Parts: sequence; C-alpha cells; structure tokens
Amino acid sequence: MNDMTKPLLSVRGLTLDIPMSNGTLHAVRALDFDLHRGETLCIVGESGSGKSLTSLAVIGLLEKNIRRNATQMNFDGTDLLTASKKQMRALRGNRIAMIFQEPMTSLNPAYTIGDQLIEALRLHKNVSREKARNRAIELLEKVGITAAASRLGQYPHQLSGGLRQRVVIAMALMCEPELIIADEPTTALDVTIQAQILSLLVDLTREMDVAMILITHDLGVVARVADKVGVMYAGELVESGPAADVFGKPLHPYTRGLLRCIPQPGKTERGAALGTIPGIVPSLIGDVKGCAFRTRCPHAVEACRDAIPERGEPPHKFLCVHPDGARAAEGEPA
Amino acid sequence: MLPFILKRLGLAVLVALTVSFISFSLLFLSGDPAAALAGETASGEDIEAVRRLYGFDRPMLVQYGEWLWQAVQGNFGESYYFKLPVQSLIADRLSVTMTLGVCGITFALLTAVPLGVAAAIRPNSIIDRVALFLSVAGQAMPSFWFGLILIVLFAIQLGWLPPSGASSWRHYIMPTIVLGYYAMPAIMRLTRAGMLEVLNSDYIRTARAKGAGEMRVMFKHALRNAIIPVVSLAAVQMGFMLGGSIVVESVFALHGAGYLAWESIARNDLPTVQALILIFSMFYIVFNFLADVLNAWLDPRMRSS
Ligand SMILES: Nc1ncnc2c1ncn2[C@@H]1O[C@H](COP(=O)(O)OP(=O)(O)OP(=O)(O)O)[C@@H](O)[C@H]1O
Ligand code: SF4
Ligand SMILES: [Mg+2]
Repeated sequence: MNDMTKPLLSVRGLTLDIPMSNGTLHAVRALDFDLHRGETLCIVGESGSGKSLTSLAVIGLLEKNIRRNATQMNFDGTDLLTASKKQMRALRGNRIAMIFQEPMTSLNPAYTIGDQLIEALRLHKNVSREKARNRAIELLEKVGITAAASRLGQYPHQLSGGLRQRVVIAMALMCEPELIIADEPTTALDVTIQAQILSLLVDLTREMDVAMILITHDLGVVARVADKVGVMYAGELVESGPAADVFGKPLHPYTRGLLRCIPQPGKTERGAALGTIPGIVPSLIGDVKGCAFRTRCPHAVEACRDAIPERGEPPHKFLCVHPDGARAAEGEPA
Repeated sequence: MLPFILKRLGLAVLVALTVSFISFSLLFLSGDPAAALAGETASGEDIEAVRRLYGFDRPMLVQYGEWLWQAVQGNFGESYYFKLPVQSLIADRLSVTMTLGVCGITFALLTAVPLGVAAAIRPNSIIDRVALFLSVAGQAMPSFWFGLILIVLFAIQLGWLPPSGASSWRHYIMPTIVLGYYAMPAIMRLTRAGMLEVLNSDYIRTARAKGAGEMRVMFKHALRNAIIPVVSLAAVQMGFMLGGSIVVESVFALHGAGYLAWESIARNDLPTVQALILIFSMFYIVFNFLADVLNAWLDPRMRSS
C-alpha cells in the first residue's frame, strides 16, 4: 500500500526566472508546498502573481525561455527535476492531468470530441479503440453530458463553452489521474454555469480520490472545497496551510486583506471575486529584496526591506517580519 | 458536408457560365469577326457572305448558346491559322501543360511544406534562415533566368539532362523545378506563418498536456490546422500554373498549351484563344472547387457555415 504520510507531490524552493530585455524577471521565488493523495490545494492570488507559471512548472510545460530551479520536485517517487522528456510525457495526461482556463480554444477544432477523448486514453493505455470509446461515453455521462454516444461525433465548435469545459474535464479523467491541476477552470465561462462546472469538478475529484491543485479567484469556492490553501503574492507563497487555519486565523496581512474583501464561509456568495487592495505591485525585475507587499501593507516597517523570516507553526506558515503577522495591530485575537 | 458541396458546385457552375460568356464575347470585342475572316482585300459583299456562312448575322445569345453547346461536346471550331479543329490542336499541348503543372505543384508542395514546418518549429534557426533565403531568392529570380541557369549548368556543362523538348520524363525535370520554385515561396511562408500561429494556440498546449509526443503535436495537431489556408493557395497556384507556364514552356521549348495561347494571341487566332481561355478558366474553377471541398474536409467549422 501507499505510504499515506508521504506526499504525492512535494515541491521545495521552486524558483522561476525569465530573462527579459531589461533584466531577469523573478516571477516565482522559493515556493514550498506538499500535496497528499486525494487532497485539494487551492492557490489564490492576484493576476500576475505566478499561479499559472507554478502549475506549468509542475507538469514541465513552461515556455523554453523560462528557467526553472528547485531544491526538490517530487511526484510519487519521480524526481520531476531530472525526469527525461519521455518520463514527463508518460506522466502528463496519464498520472497528472491539466485543465486550462479557455474551454473555447482548448480543444482541437479539426477533430471530433470522440477522437480527442480516445486519444487521451490511447496515448497512455494499450486499449482498443472500442474500449476507449466506451470509456469516453462513460466519462461524458459522468460529467453530465446527455446523449453522450452521439456527442462523440461532434466537433468542438458545435458545443457551448460550458459543454466544452465538461468535455475537457472528462478528457482529464480518461486515464484516472492521481493529480489534476485546474488553472481557473471556470473563469472564462458564463457566471451562471461557473458554479455548476466547479461543483462537478470537485465532486468528481472527491469521488475518484484524485488530488487537485485548483487555481481560482473565487474565495467562496476555496472556502468550500479546499483542504489546503496557498496564498500567492508577487511570485511568493506568502501564506499556506490547512484551509481551516488560513481562513480561521489568517496570519499574513495580505491574506487578511483578501478575506476582508469577501464575506465569511457560509455567508459567502458563490462567485465573489477577490477584492482589490489599493496600491501597486513592485517590479520583480532585477534584484528582488524584502517583502514585495510592503508597498501596500499598512504594517510595513523599515525591516520589511530586508530578508523576511518564515514564521508560523507548520503546516500553517507565513512570511512577515511581525511574529504575529501584525494581527494584534489589527485588533485580531492572537 | 453534402449541402456545402452542392452550394459550392452551384457557385462554380455560375462562375463557369459567366467566364464562358466572356470568352465567347471576345470574338466580338476584337472587331467584326466576319471582316477578319474574309481578309483585308474582301469587298462588302464578300464580308456579308462570310457573315451568313458562319452565322454571325444571328442574335448573339443564339450564337453563344450554339457555341457553348459545341464547346461542351469538345468542339471548338476551326483554327484560323492552322485550319485544323481547335480541339485536336489543343489536346497534345494540354497533356504537356498538365504534366508540367502537376509535377510543378507537387514539387512545390513537397519542398515548401516540410521547409515551412521546420522553419516554424525552430524560428531563427539555420533552417529558418535557409528557408527564408530560398524564398526570397525564388521571388527575386525571374523564371526564365533561373531556367537558363539550370540549362547552362545541367544540360550544357554537366550534360546530365536534355536542354529542351518533351520526349521523355527527363525533359520535365528542369521545367518542373523552375515552375515549382516559382510557387514555393508563397506556400512556404504561409505554412510557416500558419504553423507559428497554431503552435501558440491553446489546443496545442492541451495536446502536450495530454502527453502527446512532439511528432504527434506537430503533425496531427498543428499541421492539420495550419495546412488549411495552404490548400487554397496551392489550388490557386495550380490554376496559374496550368495557364501561366508560358515562360517556362518557351525557355525549355516544351510546346504546351501556354505556349500555344501566346502564339495564337500573336496570330489573332480567335477560336484557339477562346478555347484556351475557356479551358484555363475551367481548370481554375475546378481547382478552386476542389480546394473548397478539401478545406471543408479539413476544417469542420467550414462545413456547417
Ligand atoms: N512566457 C513568459 N514570458 C515573460 N513573462 C511571463 C511569461 N509567462 C508569464 N510571465 C509573467 O510572469 C508573471 C506570472 O504569470 P502567471 O501567468 O503565472 O500569473 P497568474 O498568477 O497565473 O495570473 P492570472 O491570475 O492573471 O492568470 C506575470 O507577470 C507574467 O507577465
Ligand atoms: S513583511 Fe512587512 S510589508 Fe510584508 S506583510 Fe509583513 S509587515 Fe507587511
Ligand atoms: Mg494564470
């Protein structure tokens, strides 16, 4: 049996640098996180904070110009840092599936839904077309598509955005992956169906015991589905921990700013977007020192310009010069 | 798919009829055909006699109808110059031109598409630069000049290939290269641009995320979409090649239909010119129609629109 205490995915010190004409963009800096089987990790953070880059780094689909460094990146015993292209291909779509944001353009317009679903399975498993077809029908039904068998012959342009994203979800599940990375899977959809598709994804991953990294702007969803939460700001994981801890006792001033912008779980409306905190994000080009949030943080002090210590009691960790993340200063209970 | 094909077919027939009418009218646009036939020394009565004899006195639409009816049966009248039935005159020449056209476009596609794909996979690489150089050179170099260079090099200096004529397949090698090279740059660039665009699209990322290998990503997922506009272009080029290989045909003394057209225009041989224009246009229309069908087969979005 699997060692249940050993994480399925373990990342330490993930750093992504992008050479630009005016210096190096330190897009992601020293990220640590673990994910166990069946767990859902939600990553939240503003646009440009490095969420998508992080997910692409895990499956090895970063653009060629982006430099990836880490002290450890391990997926169930496979070292992702040293894995060959062939090994990565064998993982992708098979044990690690990815769902992207844009359902309208994520499917190949030249092939039928059936072709693309069947391909997903037959790339990795030695099964007949007939068997693959049956599996495709079974999964289309699972994602709530009616008349599944007749849909197989349809082309992507014949389906609505919501249906396409259901197909994409079915495609991700074809090989029974152990990890699904979903990067804002519903952002591009109609608000009215966002919640449906998300519940579907969450229910299916729970039912099939698939671990998930869910990148989303929807804190209401995070409150509902996350086992763990990671809060990203300007390329760093400024706070991470079990969802109950992060929501119950947010330690980083940025996390509290985010949470203040939305109502609490239970009272939280679905689809509530991240609120905006005034101020601008500093440039991440060149030498990046100190806390990137200091340009917007109400508790910033001189020491915020220097290296920031990691605080908190694992697994609930945060980055701030104040030992309590300035909770006391905001009148929050210790 | 069938409604789409029928619609395109209907359109093609309409265009063909229009073109046939225009090529028929040429006879009248270029002056009084009866006077031309009767010759410069003919009297007014002679001209009238010729007019009645050839039926030029009847209403134009009736004449057009009869001309078309004859043309459809492959009967294009008699050449003013050769005094021979136009169809027998054209038949041999056409087979030369068609052989050359098919070989030319095949050569162009077989070189341009792989080169365009390779250039798109590695932009700014050596291959990309070589491809760019070849395409600029291809566009800058006049066909007759390139043809002459090949003749000097391979026929005269090295003696590997015959310099002119059409009596064996070896005679077609140099003309094929010259004609194909003329079409290559545009096809190569369109392939490269299409591939670059497609390779940046979300569904290519999806294919990679599924674990597809690079070969599969390039050919099954990318090229299949990038080739769609190339098909239309190749069809247009093919149409041009069948009508417009006059230069290549004269350089290599391949007596094809293009060469005949050029000669007939110079000789004011109207029935021959008419027939050739009609045939060239039909090729053009047929190839465009085939391109549409092929496109619809490649691009499912087009079938339903
Ligand atoms: N290929 C690239 N070349 C240069 N810069 C890039 C590239 N990819 C991403 N970036 C930059 O890296 C930063 C992080 O991008 P990323 O896409 O990960 O953000 P994100 O958190 O997913 O944002 P969003 O919520 O808008 O999706 C951004 O500033 C972005 O401009
Ligand atoms: S380190 Fe300073 S600027 Fe950053 S969150 Fe803490 S107090 Fe604010
Ligand atoms: Mg993103």
